[in-house]
Amino acid sequence: MSAMLEIAALDAYYGRAHILQGVTFAMNRGEVLALMGRNGAGKSTTMKAIMGLVPPAGGTVSFEGQRIDGREPFEIARLGIGYVPEDRRVFSELSVMENLSVAQRPARSDAPHWTPERLFQLFPNLGRMRDRAGGAMSGGEQQMLTIARTLMGNPRLVLLDEPSEGLAPVIVEEMAKTILALKAEGLTVLISEQNLHFAGNVADRAAIIEKGVIRFTGTMDELKGNEAVRSQYLSV
Amino acid sequence: MTAVSPAQIASAVAASEPVLVVRDLAKSFGGVRAVDGVSFSVLPGTMLALIGPNGAGKTTCFNMLNGQLRPDGGQVLLAGRPITGMKPRNVWRMGVGRTFQITATFTSMTVRENVQMALISHAGEIWSPFGRARDRHREAADALLAQVGMAAQAERACGVLAYGDLKRVELAVALANQPKLLLMDEPTAGMAPRERIELMALTADIAAAEGIAVLFTEHDMDVVFTHSDSVIVLDRGRLIAHGTAEEVRQDPNVRAVYLGTGATSGGH
Amino acid sequence: MIDLILNQTLNGLASASSLFLVASGLSIIFGVTRIVNFAHGSLYMLGAYLAWTLVGRFGPTDALGFWGGVLLAAVLTGLIGVVIEVLILRRIYQAPELFQLLATFGVVLMLQDVALGLWGAEDKIGPRAPGFKSFVILFGNRFPTYELFLIAVGPLVLLILWLLFQKTRWGTLVRAATQDREMVGALGVNQRLLFTSVFAFGSMLAGLGGALQLPREAVTLHMDLSMISEAFVVVVVGGLGSVTGAYLAAVLIGILHAFGILIFPKITLVLVFLVMAVVLVVKPYGLMGKAPVGHQRAHGPAEPLLLPADGLTKLAGLIGLIILALAPLVAPDHILLTLTELVIFALFAASLHFMMGPGGMASFGHAAYFGLGAYGAALAVKWLGAPMEPALLLAPFLAGIAGVVFGWFCVRLSGVYLAMLTLAFAQIAWATAFQSVDLTGGDNGILGVWPSAWAVSKPAYYYLTLAVCAASIVALRLTIFSPFGYGLRAARDNPLRAEAIGLDVVRIQWVAFAVAAFCAGIAGGLFAFFKGSVFPTYMAIPRSVDALLMVLLGGVQTVSGPIIGAFAYAGLSEQLMKLTMYWRFVLGLSIVLLVVLFPRGLVGAGLALRERWRKEPEPAATLVEARP
Repeated sequence: MSAMLEIAALDAYYGRAHILQGVTFAMNRGEVLALMGRNGAGKSTTMKAIMGLVPPAGGTVSFEGQRIDGREPFEIARLGIGYVPEDRRVFSELSVMENLSVAQRPARSDAPHWTPERLFQLFPNLGRMRDRAGGAMSGGEQQMLTIARTLMGNPRLVLLDEPSEGLAPVIVEEMAKTILALKAEGLTVLISEQNLHFAGNVADRAAIIEKGVIRFTGTMDELKGNEAVRSQYLSV
Repeated sequence: MTAVSPAQIASAVAASEPVLVVRDLAKSFGGVRAVDGVSFSVLPGTMLALIGPNGAGKTTCFNMLNGQLRPDGGQVLLAGRPITGMKPRNVWRMGVGRTFQITATFTSMTVRENVQMALISHAGEIWSPFGRARDRHREAADALLAQVGMAAQAERACGVLAYGDLKRVELAVALANQPKLLLMDEPTAGMAPRERIELMALTADIAAAEGIAVLFTEHDMDVVFTHSDSVIVLDRGRLIAHGTAEEVRQDPNVRAVYLGTGATSGGH
Repeated sequence: MIDLILNQTLNGLASASSLFLVASGLSIIFGVTRIVNFAHGSLYMLGAYLAWTLVGRFGPTDALGFWGGVLLAAVLTGLIGVVIEVLILRRIYQAPELFQLLATFGVVLMLQDVALGLWGAEDKIGPRAPGFKSFVILFGNRFPTYELFLIAVGPLVLLILWLLFQKTRWGTLVRAATQDREMVGALGVNQRLLFTSVFAFGSMLAGLGGALQLPREAVTLHMDLSMISEAFVVVVVGGLGSVTGAYLAAVLIGILHAFGILIFPKITLVLVFLVMAVVLVVKPYGLMGKAPVGHQRAHGPAEPLLLPADGLTKLAGLIGLIILALAPLVAPDHILLTLTELVIFALFAASLHFMMGPGGMASFGHAAYFGLGAYGAALAVKWLGAPMEPALLLAPFLAGIAGVVFGWFCVRLSGVYLAMLTLAFAQIAWATAFQSVDLTGGDNGILGVWPSAWAVSKPAYYYLTLAVCAASIVALRLTIFSPFGYGLRAARDNPLRAEAIGLDVVRIQWVAFAVAAFCAGIAGGLFAFFKGSVFPTYMAIPRSVDALLMVLLGGVQTVSGPIIGAFAYAGLSEQLMKLTMYWRFVLGLSIVLLVVLFPRGLVGAGLALRERWRKEPEPAATLVEARP
């Protein structure tokens, strides 16, 4: 059985800067993969390139055996990839319910089906503020809302960009539980992360990116045992 | 045994006077009390960490100190003089340097020019329409860059710097007006663990050497517990704890609303 | 008296409706696509022309024929909007916003000639609306029922829009896209379809606005620009993105016009200006507007490094200047005339570049200061009997003072808000010159503005022009690299950081605005004596766009760009005008093609080409990932 997501020799530029220089890795169904690396190493750009938000200049991205590079973001989303950006980007003037409704897609047979009511079981806080405007919520609540919003599209694969960044430790713990809950639902999750503790709690495998190139892939345990890699690429 | 000069005694006495005194600071947005009667002070040469859950009022509190927001009530004193409600540029003129959570540099200028810009402003030369700005305060700019370890990259454009280096440039810019107080909003956000420690160690050294008081917000508990002389904790606009890192870490209330079990942040 | 007031209020309310339709369409389109559609006034005009044709064909006396014609005109305008969106705008959503504005201005030029070709130059008078031909007696005055109908249209459309945006999925998507269109796409919403539908809808509103004017006023070829500048005022006063604000502002402006005619019949726009000033002082983002949060997510990388000219560039500049200085020895008079004009335009373009490039303030009304300089010189000659020398000295001060006054408002806004406001101010300056016939001669202009005896000969005037313009351009250059110029760039690069190192951003930008206006005034004064006459067209929108084109052709990010751009553009357009009667269409089409093919400008395209050729890999920039 082939991998769910296969990225091969992916190149991407941002303006003049060559951010991704042949990124290659693959993800299996149902796993949580942590894409790790320093700020500016290319984590966010990798996610944006998968999503079609940054046009790949070379290489391929395949999802369930189907080439998706060069497609429009909305087409990629409809194939079953959900994207949660790093800076949250909730629709600040829309209510929680409206935020959810923007992303609503028909149910699909091969992915869990989400309704607002089901999401409110996962995120009880959101259920208590259905009519609150996105802009009037705290950072932690907004982070939960963006994840809930993405789930409304019933994705099979979720890309979470820096889910723990800028959040209080208690909220980060909640976030870790959420990611494990998604995994339990059968979702495949790609997170980008700098926090090794956090990644260690949620991820099965890690891929380390540095200057636009994947330098290491392996299980979390392998990474924990590899002092040299951690020191060189993660500055731990 | 060395004799203690009167000047040294005077400076030692002055050193114990707080640089920043905040009394009963308050701000509401649409009836919600974002910051509610917050009081604290910072001594020269020390680092005070301001922590708390997202939405606790940290940013609001910060923005009232640097002039971006006008408080509804309370007082902010810098070296005994009120700066409450002053505009950001005037707060800076009073001797407050700051760095931003999202790095803010002038991208059309080199690293050195970024620092020169702050020095030109400090010297009050901004309205001069002639004479090359590149030639002004060059040595002073290079000295500041050397202090933060960026002298080698003075000619580079800010747009191509590594993230950690950008943070150092910001620090050099913030030091250009010889501030009494340094405000740092999440200074290590987005940095790798080792870079975080390095930047904050550098800041602490400079603060101690020059007697600058530092107030910073932070979510990385490693940074907070390693580099702060004391910690204040904000929750729902109110100060719920104030003490040394160790005291705050043991506070059950702080653990409940903010720290959690420590499972995802390295355990404390 | 009371009946007069009531009467004028009703008049104002009636004229507010069409204004509201156009402005709300403009606002909705901007919200989602981030494009300020300059051609929105043209769509309004097309709506009126189409209604005139359709109603005429269907039978103007028949209720079905009339209303059917009006509605069909609106729908057709919406379809024209689809064509414009699909053919042009869709290709330039990633281009810098100024280029987008320029492209839509290209559409304005094209549609002007299309209307001229299809409907001819003379005004079209429409029929009265069946069922609304009578009058009602209100306070002893006869008031047409059609006006009452129009008064009802405004709130009705406002209600429909509100329901549409709050209660339908399409409305939710539009509101979401207004805040973050990229995110909407990443959530699986077909952005293209959404953008096209929004553009069609906004165009339809403009078309309806035009069609409904049919029984009220003649359909003319000037409807487009006069409407767009009023719509800009409405949108700025009401708050960009707020439909309710647009309605309030439209009512306010409509009523002001109605009363202005009673109080200052010659300069009604002054009243509009004053009210706009008051509103913007109290609420900088308009009555219902909010500070633009999150719209800062600009495309592409940040401003590139600006370095002083290297030796080679300086040498090239010197050689260019020497060639220009030697030109009179070999060039015949008619070439000298062209050269004089080009040199004047180079200063005009350089002055705009000063505020646009280092200042980051794009003006769509820079011709106002050029024109005021020209009028300053001409008025000094006509009313003070001044000879050329003092008149030339006075000229830039009129422009500079206007720059100080208008600039005070403009620098409080940024981006497209600022561009719209500058355009509105230019339109006010134009209308003032046009309407105050006693002072300025109105449309007939001021004639007999001739140079002093020593400067009458073509080479002499050329040398005068060259000396003044070269000195001014060099002074502007020096300023760009002075502490003030650095402060200006600091304010542009990062206003928050600039304030945090003690810079007064608003004041720095204000001074730069005034300096740019002053220098444009120098160019204008020289132009007045060069032509020997001054007309309101010197301040008209097309001339402002000329200046923009020169700067953008040359490239905003280079200091020498505008000079090259001025020579390239002014030379080109002059040739074009000789070639064809439909030069507007050709010019408009060229602008559109230019933007679609070279979204970074000519110099930008050249630089990109050179870089690719060199293939020197820049170290992977890390800033781009460091969050926007």
